[in-house]
Amino acid sequence: MKILVPVKRVLDYNIKARPKADGTGVELAGLKMSMNPFDEIAMEAALRLKEAGQATEIVAVSCGPAANQETLRTALALGADRAVLVQCEGELEPLAVAKLLRAVTLREQPGLVLCGKQAIDDDANQTGQMLSALMGWAQATFASRIELQGASEALVTREIDGGLETLSIRLPAVITTDLRLNEPRYATLPNIMKAKKKPLDTLTPADLGVDTAPHLKLVQVFEPPQRQGGIRVSDVAELVGKLKNEAKVI
Amino acid sequence: MTLLVVAEHDNHNLKASVRHVLTAAQALGGEIHVLVAGCGCEAVAEAARALPGVACVRWAEDASLGDGGAENLALLVTRIAREYSHVLAAASAFGKNWAPRAAAQLDVAQISDIVRVDAPDTFTRPIYAGSVWATYRSTDPVKVITVRPTAFDAAPGEGAPAPLERLDAEPGSGLSSRKDLSLSPSERPELESARVVVSGGRGLGSGERFKALLEPLADKLNAALGASRAAVDSGYVPNDYQVGQTGKVVAPDLYIAVGISGAIQHLAGMKSSRVIVAINKDPDAPIFSVADYGLVGDLNEIVPQLTAAL
Ligand SMILES: Cc1cc2nc3c(=O)[nH]c(=O)nc-3n(C[C@H](O)[C@H](O)[C@H](O)COP(=O)(O)OP(=O)(O)OC[C@H]3O[C@@H](n4cnc5c(N)ncnc54)[C@H](O)[C@@H]3O)c2cc1C
Ligand SMILES: Nc1ncnc2c1ncn2[C@@H]1O[C@H](COP(=O)(O)O)[C@@H](O)[C@H]1O
Repeated sequence: MKILVPVKRVLDYNIKARPKADGTGVELAGLKMSMNPFDEIAMEAALRLKEAGQATEIVAVSCGPAANQETLRTALALGADRAVLVQCEGELEPLAVAKLLRAVTLREQPGLVLCGKQAIDDDANQTGQMLSALMGWAQATFASRIELQGASEALVTREIDGGLETLSIRLPAVITTDLRLNEPRYATLPNIMKAKKKPLDTLTPADLGVDTAPHLKLVQVFEPPQRQGGIRVSDVAELVGKLKNEAKVI
Repeated sequence: MTLLVVAEHDNHNLKASVRHVLTAAQALGGEIHVLVAGCGCEAVAEAARALPGVACVRWAEDASLGDGGAENLALLVTRIAREYSHVLAAASAFGKNWAPRAAAQLDVAQISDIVRVDAPDTFTRPIYAGSVWATYRSTDPVKVITVRPTAFDAAPGEGAPAPLERLDAEPGSGLSSRKDLSLSPSERPELESARVVVSGGRGLGSGERFKALLEPLADKLNAALGASRAAVDSGYVPNDYQVGQTGKVVAPDLYIAVGISGAIQHLAGMKSSRVIVAINKDPDAPIFSVADYGLVGDLNEIVPQLTAAL
């Protein structure tokens, strides 16, 4: 089975985002960019399925500017066999990404698409579900366990609000990863070297016949109301006094 | 303008979040319909009729809708969505699961986790773990929105019973089915709606200590228990305790963070709480920058003292 893993290039999770002074977007110039952490988890899940003999090929795909090649090289260094860049400039909404991924999915015919549950920049949590809808496939979001039952069924345990749910889904399908699915490996230096020679194809939205025009207009990006830091109390008695008499919450 | 609110429920009870979504819908203006889709959920449809300001309850009853699976629900919502200007649901694991699917089927954007209604076509939502907020104007004929419940008060009271309309379900897609549901049993208030939340982090050191120290404190305060990602990843508590960017968002009157450093991903889920207390042995822990009351010291000593003092 072939597995497609969509990977997004995002501002590194250790960096606190700030709006640009003119409010037209988030300041990214000169800041460290990384693979979306949930996509690292998706890559790891794909690698483990391949190592277990349940997958034959892993194709990483990223939509965005040429700089996304870097993210795809990371995916190749982790163990993806091939990479596809759908190169485009400008903001891509999850719906546009899902349409691009649908076109790539139709070309590649994977048995499974493994997405992250959420990109930590837009925090949208949409693309995998949208791709699944556009393909008319089953979906299993927020996966903490994936068990393939042959080529036509998977058992997926999902993290939901009250606990865990296990679904049986028909394959091909889209699965989105949650934090507890696995702990991703690091790319080793030899694998980073090898990754430079692995195939990385570039396509454009026009090649795929996809219109990526946005449906939303960004009006403004700004810093939310900041919380004022409070005071330090010296002991439990003072804390309880404050909670009772000042904050009146107990 | 007519709006559709999709109610979350477990076939027996409405989730409290529906009243918060109603408030967001009321801010948009227009007539509000509520969709109740499930199996054996007549009591839920009845309860929805009494929600304040609801003009009609649409009730779809079918085995294929019983487990809340995204594929079948999204097909149903897609079929009726064009009758509406907006389709709204809570930004919960449930809403996040099917809403993008319905939006894609309608070929419209989905707007996730809004915290403010600026105009009927304009909404504000946090991005980048809430470090930044963004306001978007939608050009779509149907706006599919998930609402952050903590950002909107619960719509209070009851309305005159709204008319009930039966809807046919779509034929089940057969794409997925639930094999198992294991809910963490709890006598405590729900994390998302509790008035007080006691949350623990890696500083607790083990599941045993999490339980031994935080449960008595939560008992005293009638609080829900929450946790940082590190506490969940380390197996101290189940996954659904996680508060943060990629877990639950809470905004109780009182949030007590015990042994939590205050990473931005954690703050994203709790910094709208009314009063925040932090207990941490590291005086420089970032959690203190959002805490109204910070107490520096060893949680193993402080927490039992606090429990005893209440
Ligand atoms: C993609 C992604 C998503 C994430 N999503 C979330 C999320 O939704 N929610 C979330 O919480 N995190 C999330 N994180 C993780 C986040 O970055 C932090 O790693 C995590 O919040 C740290 O948890 P912690 O504060 O319990 O642990 P630590 O950062 O290790 O802090 C432990 C604290 O305990 C204190 N301590 C230790 N012993 C004692 C003692 N005896 N007495 C008092 N204090 C003590 C220490 O001083 C320290 O401040 C995410 C990370 C990523 C990359
Ligand atoms: N530009 C992109 N290129 C490739 N994959 C993406 C892109 N945007 C989103 N994804 C995938 O969709 C997931 C969810 O993203 P989002 O819906 O934006 O939160 C990510 O974890 C990726 O797997």
